[in-house]
Amino acid sequence: MSSASKIPSVPAATACRAACAQLAPLALWGLLLPAMVLLLSACSTIAPQAAVRGTGDLGVVIERADGRVKIVETSGRSVLASVQGLGDLSHASVVFSRDGRYAYVFGRDGGLTKVDLLTASIVGRVVQGGNSIGGAISQDGRIVVAQNYEPGGIKAFNADTLELIADVPASYGGEGKRSKVVGLADLPGNRFIYSLFEAGEIRITDFSDPGKPVTQRFAAGKQPYDALVTPDGRYYIAGLFGEDGLALLDLWQPEKGSRKILSGYGRGEQPLPVFKMPHLRGWAVAGGRAYLPAIGRHEVLVVDMSTWQEVGRIPVKSQPVFVMARPDGREVWVNFAFPDNGWVQVVDTLSQKITSTLQPGRAILHMEFTPRGEEVWLSARDDNRVMVYDTLSHEKRTQFEAASPSGIFFTSRAARMGF
Amino acid sequence: MKLPPVFVHAAVLIGAALVAAYASAAELPDALRQRELAHMVRQDCGSCHGLTLAGGLGPALTAEALAGKPADSLVATIYAGRPGTPMPPFRGIVSEAEVEWIVQQLLRGFPPDGGAAARAD
Repeated sequence: MSSASKIPSVPAATACRAACAQLAPLALWGLLLPAMVLLLSACSTIAPQAAVRGTGDLGVVIERADGRVKIVETSGRSVLASVQGLGDLSHASVVFSRDGRYAYVFGRDGGLTKVDLLTASIVGRVVQGGNSIGGAISQDGRIVVAQNYEPGGIKAFNADTLELIADVPASYGGEGKRSKVVGLADLPGNRFIYSLFEAGEIRITDFSDPGKPVTQRFAAGKQPYDALVTPDGRYYIAGLFGEDGLALLDLWQPEKGSRKILSGYGRGEQPLPVFKMPHLRGWAVAGGRAYLPAIGRHEVLVVDMSTWQEVGRIPVKSQPVFVMARPDGREVWVNFAFPDNGWVQVVDTLSQKITSTLQPGRAILHMEFTPRGEEVWLSARDDNRVMVYDTLSHEKRTQFEAASPSGIFFTSRAARMGF
Repeated sequence: MKLPPVFVHAAVLIGAALVAAYASAAELPDALRQRELAHMVRQDCGSCHGLTLAGGLGPALTAEALAGKPADSLVATIYAGRPGTPMPPFRGIVSEAEVEWIVQQLLRGFPPDGGAAARAD
């Protein structure tokens, strides 16, 4: 399988173009023809062509307790291979190379593993931090950045070799304290934006001169827990655990600074316990609105992105964790924190009403839409299975076994900013 | 009517055994519940504290990390939460006796996850 990348079709084609462009003397043809025949026959004796395939329908499923990922494809809904040896994958996350061939898997234990989806093998691995939460890849695909809890900060790596390019500590205050980093996302121009949980800050680090990163700082608010960049790359929104509201930064006009949106959405009421922190990404956006999980309230908050005013709130089953728009934005699917993580609800974005309440399995940890959204894959950790649901009928189409599955990541993320 | 002495003895013995079983049940979760609790701590507490309990958004809960911390305050933290931090109160999800069992296990090194209970279907 590994020979798939080495098919010498380019030299053969070049030889042909060179030969055909101008008619060579007979003696030269005597040399060229046997050479071409040799090259072409070499082509046909290379490994079986079954290995040649695209990557646009590939993905990985994290098997969190076993340090393993399953490589899957969404066209035939099948498991292609498993790759193990990835360390502690509780809270693992994944970004993809721009060609969709390589998955960069960030493990909880600080491991960063580069997996070749075509050969189902590990092609690079570094243990880069003590306690990691995820990562991002640069606009040009050359820099992979990990966000770390311990030691708090971000680290940039060469996406080809995983060599360390730069270490940017999330230092704050006067005494060399370091903050946990959350909500990391890529921005245009090989910049990365992230939030500091303890320090209550948003920072942008510019790696356009990779060895000399430059960092800007903005206020976030109390205890940012995760954040998102809108699909156009214009706005960064950080969710706050420690206060009722979210921080908003207009990245087209960063000089204006950050501001609060949805302030006081808790209406002074006692917050409900939050047994799992919500996750924010650009999937929050649908039809000019952002659908955001409330903290400590069993609600999805709806904000108009032209005015940043609240335009609705949707009561849901429990504390929302993932609030994900279907790629066409017509529906938003919501899953929930422990102990209500067996439920999934679907919101119609025209009526802002819940159209389906599903119980797909026990401990639904994650959802991932196929690139155009006709299906959604759900992981049921406690049932050791992944389920595939049709997004028109909301019916289950198929399922397969996976050990304690958590995150599901499709290569279509490779082409999306903030993923 | 008078019961034969052997019946009385048997009844007293069975009664005593039932009382003992009931009393210990109130203090110690049964094997199935212990498995559920171990799964919950590893997997769901693990979403903040890590599957290996080595820490995450929340602090590490390994025996080394907790060494010297009084059990009472750990029980109080789990049961009632810690205001001002993301640590929620688990009252309503686990009983106080179950929290005490969890804290004992944490302090001596938490057992591995035996998996979720059998599938319902």
